[in-house]
Amino acid sequence: MSTINYSEKIPNNVNLAEDRTLQRALEQWQPNYLRWWDDMGPDGSQNFDVYLRTAVSVDPQGWAQFGAVKMPDYRWGIFLNQAEQDRKIHFGDHLGEDAWQDVPGEHRANLRRIIVTQGDTEPASVEQQRHLGLTCPSQYDLRNLFQVNVEEGRHLWAMVYLLHKYFGRDGREEGEALLERRSGQQDNPRILQAFNEPTPDWLSFFMFTYFTDRDGKFQLCALAESSFDPLARTTKFMLTEEAHHMFVGESGVSRIIQRTCAAMNELRTDDPQKLRAAGVIDLPTLQRYLNFHFSVTIDLFGSDESSNAATFYSSGLKGRFEEGKRTDDHRLKGQVYRVLNAKDGQLIEREVPMLNALNEVLRDDYIRDSIGGVERWNRVIEKAGIPFRLKTPHKAFHRNIGALAGVKVSPDGQVVSDAEWAARVDQWLPSVNDRAFVASLMGRVVEPGKFANWIAPPVMGINRQPVDFEYVRFN
Amino acid sequence: MSTSPQVDYQTDPSRYRHWKLTFAGPVATLTADFDENGGLRPGYKLKLNSYDLGVDIELHDAVNRIRFEHPEVHTVVLTSAREKVFCSGANIFMLGVSSHAWKVNFCKFTNETRNGLEDSSSHSGLKFLAAVNGACAGGGYELALACDEIILVDDRSSAVSLPEVPLLGVLPGTGGLTRVTDKRHVRHDLADIFCTTSEGVRGQKAKDWRLVDDIAKPAQFAARVQERALQLAALSDRPAAGTPVLLAPIERQIEADALHYSHVTVDIHRAGRSAVFTLKAPTGAQPDTISAIEAAGAAWYPLALARELDDAILSMRTNELDIGVWLIKTAGEAAAVLATDAVLLAHQNHWLVRETIGLLRRTLARLDVSSRSLFALIEPGSCFAGTFLELALACDRSYQLSLPDEPERAPALTVGEMNFGALPMVTGQSRLQRRFYGESAPLEAIRSHAGKALDADAAMALGLITSNPDDIDWDDETRIAIEERVSMSPDALTGLEANLRFNGPENMFTRIFGRLTAWQNWIFQRPNAVGEKGALKVYGKGERAAFDWNRV
Repeated sequence: MSTINYSEKIPNNVNLAEDRTLQRALEQWQPNYLRWWDDMGPDGSQNFDVYLRTAVSVDPQGWAQFGAVKMPDYRWGIFLNQAEQDRKIHFGDHLGEDAWQDVPGEHRANLRRIIVTQGDTEPASVEQQRHLGLTCPSQYDLRNLFQVNVEEGRHLWAMVYLLHKYFGRDGREEGEALLERRSGQQDNPRILQAFNEPTPDWLSFFMFTYFTDRDGKFQLCALAESSFDPLARTTKFMLTEEAHHMFVGESGVSRIIQRTCAAMNELRTDDPQKLRAAGVIDLPTLQRYLNFHFSVTIDLFGSDESSNAATFYSSGLKGRFEEGKRTDDHRLKGQVYRVLNAKDGQLIEREVPMLNALNEVLRDDYIRDSIGGVERWNRVIEKAGIPFRLKTPHKAFHRNIGALAGVKVSPDGQVVSDAEWAARVDQWLPSVNDRAFVASLMGRVVEPGKFANWIAPPVMGINRQPVDFEYVRFN
Repeated sequence: MSTSPQVDYQTDPSRYRHWKLTFAGPVATLTADFDENGGLRPGYKLKLNSYDLGVDIELHDAVNRIRFEHPEVHTVVLTSAREKVFCSGANIFMLGVSSHAWKVNFCKFTNETRNGLEDSSSHSGLKFLAAVNGACAGGGYELALACDEIILVDDRSSAVSLPEVPLLGVLPGTGGLTRVTDKRHVRHDLADIFCTTSEGVRGQKAKDWRLVDDIAKPAQFAARVQERALQLAALSDRPAAGTPVLLAPIERQIEADALHYSHVTVDIHRAGRSAVFTLKAPTGAQPDTISAIEAAGAAWYPLALARELDDAILSMRTNELDIGVWLIKTAGEAAAVLATDAVLLAHQNHWLVRETIGLLRRTLARLDVSSRSLFALIEPGSCFAGTFLELALACDRSYQLSLPDEPERAPALTVGEMNFGALPMVTGQSRLQRRFYGESAPLEAIRSHAGKALDADAAMALGLITSNPDDIDWDDETRIAIEERVSMSPDALTGLEANLRFNGPENMFTRIFGRLTAWQNWIFQRPNAVGEKGALKVYGKGERAAFDWNRV
């Protein structure tokens, strides 16, 4: 069995060097994790030196240390936000009691389920994205992809830490299982279906990091309110890293738009065929990708009426987004929320108990938040003087979970027949042709400072480095 | 009286909302795809393939149709059309809004339907395979447990579970707890963990613990299910082909105070809180060859009778809660009943006859567990012979009129071959064995009188009846007995009758209907389950159950 220099190999603020439980667990798990990274991490990248940000502590100097690192040697660390003295539970039935420093037996099953479900998405996205390095549009983007990947890896560590530290043998078994499931493998899939879909191209990657990682942000925000203090502290720290992922997505899409608009102005056309011939992605295609990723992502919030959501909240396991900033009674008993249902071909609003509607509450918070970035994309189009606006589709569009599953709704919220849907779906969602076209643009650009034709360079580089900095050395 | 509309147990595949029934050679597949909005009562949605009484009525119908309409089927596969969900059990919100009586009646019927799967497997060669292709919780796992075998998909997330105790504060009461031990022989300490772990057990561990028979990866799952279904089919002695008997809708007329069928009538006497069930013997020429039986189809007397009686029992149990005493009468020629019995016995190895006997057996078994006082009234013009005598033997008491001055009008009963084990109780005993605790002296005495018309005194001497009042005493004695009966506590009577009816050896079924059901029904009444803050009441609302921590 390998002996690990814990504080060097695994930067942490959980006193790992003196925690035998954790050491025993990690001695088993860490080598398996590295094997998983070798098998399922970014394809062909093991020997690259990548200019990565590594967290070595949670203070402002420590959480963003930059340097060239081989990814298998990345120092995946275990960090909890600083403990808040005498933290109290601030919502649900236990409101006002001391926050839990250990897992209450009563809530073991639900907490484990929450942590395993969250944890499973982290390696899943690395697996989904593992081939993208082969078609990167620039070194800068390649480095950003790898940064996202190692941080998803670290987030897996964060969840596995909780399982190992607080859930005994059962937790160790779940920790192993997180390394054994595989995105998209029929016999062995990841838990949530959205994480079994491939991320086939960089447009999908940017949309995924903008929309789907933002779901991650909202889930983490809700967990950061948890009465189980170690979960709250670890997810708070994860959020600092998650912000970068959404930046990658938002700026990536923004740069694609910028490039497209430039081509539209040069060629004085908005004809998608002409723009495609010029090797850029036309705005209607971007809109269809947006429609797809938005709708698939809002499904991840779960059923609009959920007894689990009610239980998780009342028992203090999972709060609302920014629970602490809200001014209601933080118990929500007897309150109601309006959710959208389909009845006789019409969309109608229905009042349901607030506690059962908390998935919907979080989904609505997410929708408000995600519209912001879309507006920033529109400003890029506006600045180029082009009369086109991107829009998030209606909440009921292309849904597969909850009361809206099974009803066909157009992006602008009109209920349509199956026949109309079939006739117009290619205007609303990426068609086979769209995907083939985007795939045809994907070639590998790795010369420092060079960018693929379909994407504009960023305004500035990483950590104030120039844009043509050598972010990845291929050795 | 219940203010809800009457529950109807009759349906057919064209009306199913919850199950899909498909056929491929010797394998029938019952696919669960429960309609969320198809609950029998308002106030809950059948999410995640959770079921209510309406779902089980369809299951009961579907299995009967496979038995009779598809003799070529040897194996029934139960599976789900839902991704990642097999069946999540009885709908909790339905249980939360239901009265105690509704819950108990619902559980009884679902128990009977599950027992019926095992009854068919052991008596008539129909095998059942649970193809568990997703989460299988609570009543969903109990349904799987009633199958001969369980194959669980090994996708690293699908688990079998009995989360009733940790989540709902009740028991896995539809046979689950009993089958885990008595049928599957799961070690008791592992069963303890299993039944208190809400997330259940998956994959290899589920197999190691004997919770399932086999596991299969998703890619191999369908092939493994098919292979095993065919292997089970090979063990069946159902025919490779046969003339299907289509179960046409039963002839029935429902009135406010009566149910009329072609061979069964139920008259309700509301003021007296009793009902009279009258079964009529066959009349006219009856088929005595297989081809004639097949030609008669669902109209064949014993089959029609069994279906009608079954419907009448179910309807009365569900829709007439305060009719506490059922008086059982018969009308017609004993010889005609005995002749039909002779045909049943002569052809008992033919699949159709075997299935018909099976339906009679299960219907009589339903009577055994019905929470109503059962009195047989053996009067002039009656025909308690053979199969019909079995009704009297199922009763808590039987009264036979003695007419010493008019022997030619005196009612007789006749013991027939059918009474010696062809229609066993769920204990495996005949009702005669149950009556005499298997003692040989009385049973041999009765055997020596088989086939003879026994008047009240003779029947009394053999111990076949409870009382033999003469015509002077009859009216008062039976009236007082009935009036006294309906005046007693219905709860105490239900407990008394269940204890006395199942007086002999225990087996898995009696433990399900006795021990498990009794504990469950106690728990169902306790504030910890159904009080304002009981676990069953607050489930899914985000409220925490408040328990009274006293161990009782």
